[in-house]
Amino acid sequence: MTPGVQSGPVPGAGRARVPAVVLATGAVLVALAFAPLYLGAYPLALLGRVLALSIAAIGVSVVWGRTGILSLGQGLFFGLGGYALAMHLKLTATPKGELPDFMVYNGVEKLPWFWAPFASAPFALAMVLVLPAAAAGLVAWLMFRRRITGVYVSIITQALLLAFVTWLNGSQGLTSGTNGITDYQRFLGIDLRGPNVAHGLYWLTLLVVAAALGGTAWLLRTPFGQVLTAIRDNENRTRFLGFNPAAFKIAAFMLGGLLAGVSGALYTVHLGTISPAMIGVAFSIELVVWVALGGRASLVGAAGGLVLGQLAKDRISSAAPDAWLYVMGALFVLVVLVMPQGVAGVIARRRAPAPSVPASSPVTREVSDAV
Amino acid sequence: MDLTFLSGQLFTGLSVASILLLAALGLALSFGLMRVINMAHGEFLMAGGYLTYLAAQWAGPNFLWLAFPLAFVGAGLLGAVMEFTVIRRLYGRPLDTLLATFGISLILQQAARQLFGSTGVPVTAPAWLSGALNVGDVTLPYVRLFVIALALIVLGAMWWLLNRSRFGMHVRAVNQNREMAAALGVNTRALDLLVFALGAGIAGVAGVGLALIAPVNPTVGAAYIVNAFLVVVVGGVGSVLGGAVAAVLLGFITALAEGLTSVSLAQAILLVVVVAFLQWKPRGLFPTQSRALEDA
Repeated sequence: MTPGVQSGPVPGAGRARVPAVVLATGAVLVALAFAPLYLGAYPLALLGRVLALSIAAIGVSVVWGRTGILSLGQGLFFGLGGYALAMHLKLTATPKGELPDFMVYNGVEKLPWFWAPFASAPFALAMVLVLPAAAAGLVAWLMFRRRITGVYVSIITQALLLAFVTWLNGSQGLTSGTNGITDYQRFLGIDLRGPNVAHGLYWLTLLVVAAALGGTAWLLRTPFGQVLTAIRDNENRTRFLGFNPAAFKIAAFMLGGLLAGVSGALYTVHLGTISPAMIGVAFSIELVVWVALGGRASLVGAAGGLVLGQLAKDRISSAAPDAWLYVMGALFVLVVLVMPQGVAGVIARRRAPAPSVPASSPVTREVSDAV
Repeated sequence: MDLTFLSGQLFTGLSVASILLLAALGLALSFGLMRVINMAHGEFLMAGGYLTYLAAQWAGPNFLWLAFPLAFVGAGLLGAVMEFTVIRRLYGRPLDTLLATFGISLILQQAARQLFGSTGVPVTAPAWLSGALNVGDVTLPYVRLFVIALALIVLGAMWWLLNRSRFGMHVRAVNQNREMAAALGVNTRALDLLVFALGAGIAGVAGVGLALIAPVNPTVGAAYIVNAFLVVVVGGVGSVLGGAVAAVLLGFITALAEGLTSVSLAQAILLVVVVAFLQWKPRGLFPTQSRALEDA
């Protein structure tokens, strides 16, 4: 990526504007907290599901909007979190001493070694956090250590995701292949289809969203967050100032992976299933587009863009399935051409006078840096 | 694993590499010149495939004389339209271009699905391509030999165009220093358009080869695009020679891994090899020499 050219000003980053953002976000979260009182069962379930996804969007905002790394493979980390929990739920749903049903159909005779520890709930819950973060850390280390940047990172992450999905699809006996892991309904002794569980799950999701938003926003206001911004705007200059960009980028990527993993685990509980199709290339890129639409540099914009985008998708694709891909494709192009900083960027520009740095510049290389 | 099986796999790998190479050529050109990643490049391949299908419908058994120009011009025009309407507005924003072109690829795929249906349309190869050459125990189908020959011819033509023609000199000049070339009178905008259309046209030609080997469906481009990118990354951006070597290497690795394990593991193995390779040579086999700090 060309330093300093792609990124515009950070919407909502000025200290004076922060309280307004916080107030508005708080108000929306409170309104959402009362949703179970006025929403029917289907809309509530949809909203909960979409809120679970928005946690992954917050991660994309950190990695892409803040640090300038576009990962097209977030589905990999989302899937690791989701599968970690789904494996536990599946083992819980299987009578003691028996194998999960899909293993029986596929002629597997012994529980694979990596399944066994997931029988323990604390282990599975820990893995929801550890697996995606560790995988993201490893991938990031391999890439950023060798200063692989820009579109290369996007391509490699997408290829990794593709390899993961292909492997999942091909390993019927180990992962249930294309069908994914399904048919489970008890977690920690609670029947997930019980009468009041839907509300509880919704509130739990909202709580995690609020925590992810608050925690990430706090983290990004620390010096750590400022270095991430510096790396996005000019990685070389940051390096010359004595920081090690690779270490910071790895940390940011791990945070993005962790948030994606948590999102995947919650989504798995909401939907009652996880399969390769849910985490594939289309999912990962869609995630990025909703973040771009909402405003990648703003955490709230990213999460909000995802929630509204997914709700719109639900409406349009059920009304006219054929039209959806056209709408989606056109959105990709329009967002990039018309609002490169997303809705949050447009709002921020309305509130603040025009920035001195142009949002985009026609030159392909910044000459001063190419010496 | 016996020798017959091995050479059969290697031959298949070589023919897959040929199509990968033709797909990657356009990517490498536009990436090298404009720093543009075109996620819709696979759809030019798809368009070439469908145009071959149409040519076979219109022209009967010996349709290849029609298929090649049709696929080249058709895909090239599609590329020119895309460059003119979207891509030229996004210079200097590689990641945004990547997203926008992905959107275009979604639209093109859905359009193909509605025009031709979601199942593949078959193209019957002409009679003179239906046999196979037997070398010892190894069977070499003529169709696959034809695809390999096609890749070699296009590669030779590209080499001539880039290294011996005035157009090629301009392309190399812009590739090295866009501002300086522009100052010396090269019309860089027109060149961008031409190169992008040319890359699309070559992908269209690859689509003809693809149609001869397997049925064409709306997702055929998406299936090739990631591996074509890997070819560009491994070969080194903007290097025709690097692309050729990388395509052959990746084609061999895929064919061998598929022969030894399974298709699903082969993709994973290929990726491990590529990531390991990038640890060793992060800028590809034949990186463009440059004194710039950041040149990607």
